[in-house]
This record gives sequence, C-alpha cells and structure tokens, in this order.
Amino acid sequence: MGYLENIPSLAYFSPEILLVVFAAAVIILDLLIKNRESQKTAYLALVGLGCTLVAIIITNSFSDANETKNLFFGMIRLDGFAVFFKILLLLATAATILFSLRSEELDAKLKGEYYALLLAVTFGMFLMASSTNLLMIFISLETVSLTSYILAGFLTHSPRSSEAAFKYITYGAVASGTMLFGLSLIFGMVGSGDLATIGQQLPIVLANGNVTALGVLIAITFILAGIGYKIASVPFHMWSPDVYEGAPIPITAFLSVASKAAGFALFLRFFHSGFGKPEVVQSIDLGLLLAIVSALTMTIGNLAALPQQNVKRLLAYSSIAHGGYLLMGAVLLTNGDAAIVNKGIGAIIFYLIVYFFMNLGAFYVVVLMANEAGTEMIEGYRGLSSRAPLVAGAMAIFLFSLTGIPFLAGFFGKWVLFTAVLEGKLYWLAFVGLINSVISLYYYARIAKAMYFEAAEDTDRLSFSKGTFALLSVFVVPTIFIGLLNIFYSLSENIKLQ
Amino acid sequence: MSLQHYLVISSILFTLGIFAVLTRRNAISILMGIELILNSCNLNFAAFSRFVIPLEEVEGKIIQNIDGQIIAIFGIVLAAAEAAVFLAIILAIYREFGSIRPDEVDTLKG
Repeated sequence: MGYLENIPSLAYFSPEILLVVFAAAVIILDLLIKNRESQKTAYLALVGLGCTLVAIIITNSFSDANETKNLFFGMIRLDGFAVFFKILLLLATAATILFSLRSEELDAKLKGEYYALLLAVTFGMFLMASSTNLLMIFISLETVSLTSYILAGFLTHSPRSSEAAFKYITYGAVASGTMLFGLSLIFGMVGSGDLATIGQQLPIVLANGNVTALGVLIAITFILAGIGYKIASVPFHMWSPDVYEGAPIPITAFLSVASKAAGFALFLRFFHSGFGKPEVVQSIDLGLLLAIVSALTMTIGNLAALPQQNVKRLLAYSSIAHGGYLLMGAVLLTNGDAAIVNKGIGAIIFYLIVYFFMNLGAFYVVVLMANEAGTEMIEGYRGLSSRAPLVAGAMAIFLFSLTGIPFLAGFFGKWVLFTAVLEGKLYWLAFVGLINSVISLYYYARIAKAMYFEAAEDTDRLSFSKGTFALLSVFVVPTIFIGLLNIFYSLSENIKLQ
Repeated sequence: MSLQHYLVISSILFTLGIFAVLTRRNAISILMGIELILNSCNLNFAAFSRFVIPLEEVEGKIIQNIDGQIIAIFGIVLAAAEAAVFLAIILAIYREFGSIRPDEVDTLKG
C-alpha cells in the first residue's frame, strides 16, 4: 500500500496542526488577560475545537469516504474509522470545556493552562485513533497519559486531587513501560514497526518456527497491560476508582468517555491490523483470553459498584463495567469471519456513541449537584425530584439508559452489542453480560430511589440557569431518541477497518 | 556479544524495575524502578534493530536500518518527560501530605 511523504501529508494533518496552534494561542491569551476571572480562554479553546471540526470535515471531503491515506511514510492512517473517532473525541472535549465553565471546583487563576492541556490531550487522542506504527502508538499513548496525569491533579490545595494524580501516574507509568517492553518484543519478532507489516510477517515467522506461540502470547499480554490500563479493564483497573473520585468532575467525565474511546480506537486498530490474522489468533487462543478479561471486567466493575456511597466513585465502577461490555465486541475481532469482525467493530462504535451521551449527561448532573448542593454523596441526592424536578428526571433517564432499560439509548446499544456477540457464537459471554446488566440495575436504581422516594433534609428548591437546561437537553434528547434513528446504525455499520 | 546477551540484560533490568515498583516504600524509588523498565525497553529496541533487521543495500552502499534506534531515542525523551511530571506530582503530594511514602497517601479507598 502506498503512502504519502511528509510535505503532502501536512494538508491531511491540518486538524491536528490546528489543535496545537490553538493550544499555544490559549496559553498566550492567558498571559495577556488581566482579569483573572475572565473565561475568554475557554471560549478560544471552543473556537479552536470548532475550527478543527471544520478541518476534519474538509480534509475528509478531499477523498471519498472509504479511501484510506497513509500519511508521513505510513506512520498515521486517515480513514473513516479515524475520522469517526476524531469527531467523537472532539465533541467529548467540547463537552468537557462546557462542564468546566460551569464547574466551581477549578481555580480561576490556572484556567488558561487547563484549557491548553485539554486541547493537547485531544491532540494525543487524535493520534491514538490514527497511528499505524509502534513508535507512533507509544508516543500518542504517552502524550495522552502525561497530560491526563496533570489534569487529574489540577486542583491545587486538594489532597484528593494530588493523590489521584499520584496513583494515576504510578499505575500509568508501569503499565506503559510494560507495554513498551511488549512492543519491543514484537518489533524484534518481525523487524519492523509498521502494523501492516507485523500483520503479514507474524503468521510467517510463526509458521517457520522462528518465533514460538508462547513468545507472541507473552508480548501480547505485556501490550494488553498498557491498553487495558487505558480502557480500565481488569486486572489493570485499580487506578480508576481513586482517580475518578479525586480528579475534578469535568476531567472524570472526560477520562471516562474520551480516554476510553481513544483506548478502544487504538485497541481495535492494533489488534485488527497487527494480530487479526486467523493463524495468529488460533495459535495463541487470543479470543478466549479477551473473553475472560471482558467477563471479569464487567463482573468486577458491577459488583464493586454495589456498596458505593459516592456518586463519582459509583460511576467510576460503572464505567469499568461498560468497558467490559465494550470488550465483548472486541472479542469478535478474533473471529475468523470478516462479516462478524465488522459487526463487532460496528457494535463498539454504536455503543460508544450511546455511551458518550448517557455517561457525559450523568456526569453533568454530578457537576451541577456539586455546585448547587455541594455534595457528591448519594444522600445529597435525596428528594431531588421535588428540589429540582427537571434535573432529577434527566438523571433518572441517564441512569436507566446506563442500565439498558427499554427503550432508551442504552438498551439499543446493548442490543446491538449482544446480538453481535451471539452471532459470534459466544453464548456464555452474552449470558454473563446479561446477568451483569441485571446486577447494575440495583446500584443505578439506588440513586433514582434516593431522588424520588426519600425525603430531603434540605428542602429548598435548587435553581439552575437556562444555559444549564439547554446543555442538559443536548444529552437527554439523544439518550431518549438515538436508538430510534436509523442513521446511527448505518453510520456504525459503514465504518470498517482495513 | 550476541543478541541473547542484550536480551538477558534487558530482561534482568525489566524484572528489577518491576521489583522496585512493587516493593519500595518511597515514591522516588518507584520512579527509579519505572526508569529501569523504560530503559530495558530501549535496550531491547536498539539490540533488535542491530541484530534482527538485515543490512540493506541502497545506491551501492550497505546501510543499517535504524528504526529501532530511533524508537529508543524517543523512548529516552518520553522517559525524561515522564520523570518531570512524576517529580512535579511527588512535590504536590509532599505539600499536601508531608510525606512521599505511598502507603501514607491513602485517603481515597473503597
């Protein structure tokens, strides 16, 4: 497959360039502003994201949708898959900036740097969704990780936030070091860093006995440490509850949606083009390994969420469980049938769209409650239906959608995922997923019960601005209607990896 | 020196790094363990690049493909960046908790 050289690649790389330019511009604007309370940097960051979105659409319209371009001598690939993830990640960043504008946790003095770092982490995630070389994969992963560590510890004078950053970087550095070791082993086996070459060469070296299946299995396990840490899969999930609880709430929302989506983008591309060949998959039984990880991830996530009292921590465990559901789709990558592989990828993409709306919405309510009621605990949500009926109704919709109650978006997301798994003949995995959905009803309903059936100690009504309700409805409306619109199904089915 | 020598050394470095991370009770020592892990990977990449990739002939000259060495150089850069961020976070931890022992930094649990 041909590739573009550096200079011609730049035109297709313009979204990423724009993000970096705007990140620098945000820092410069921050230096120029005298009024420390000003929100101008946030608006500039939003303008930057808007320009990037336009650039993504324009660069994509140069070529027809399913044509792929290999940029920078095959370091980065621009295809429909990358474009979809770029748009999803960009919208998640925009939502995070809007949440941060309304969050009262953040120190006004440091906001310029905060928004610049958010743009930088988006840049790294763009690269994660499109890199096709071991070097690029590692650099993009580290760009995202290093900026996320700083963002998690962004609340100065908050021990919780510093502790979150400390735990995050300790787990993260070990995980990415382990992943790099695995990448170096793969590099040694095939003598190239290019994913397509790895995909071609690995079956050959396995067949001629230069490399044993055990060696490949060890390398893949090491690599799974890095990727599994990014998507918070068992047994690399331990950091996530602590980090989600300690980090600023907008950053928690960002990590639970954008970081996970970028991790899955990397995971899918890496395993599909690097290890997707049936010879490799069969010789090391990758499917069983991933299926066990998936089942453990959702079960442990859901069971640990049951006794939680802090809503942020509860949502952290719930997002681990959702990572497990998404991994069920990733197991299908190891299926020999290309139609089922594509079905798995489509199901993951559709579920990520649904998850984007319902999870960000739930976190937005947590931001609002932290501002207005000053609490993150479930007790603080008591009697919310009389104190703020609209917000309580929205939260109930998000929670029931996360459970998968018909006919909210979460139900259709799970439907698509479970039917794909059943077509892949993984009946036991679908059964485990089903049981887990039932378990999850218990802890989501606990919040709903507190909001609707328990009396509040403090009965004054909470008042929210019109902008708050507008932003809330951006998440509520798709959570109700997304499953009823055909466009998203066809979108997710049309995105294929090559 | 053959490829095996390098691989044995890098495996020992990697194991020592993981061991340091798991057993040390001081954040700085943990950082040192992480650096050992990252450097073992760099050694691996450089060694593989030297021994595994065959020499190529370009325009009459025999040259060595240096993909692996380049990855190792980026690895060094990223290790430095990671150390900078880690030290900054250790400083923040020291200010809030008055200690850099990980077992004393445990307000979040459950």
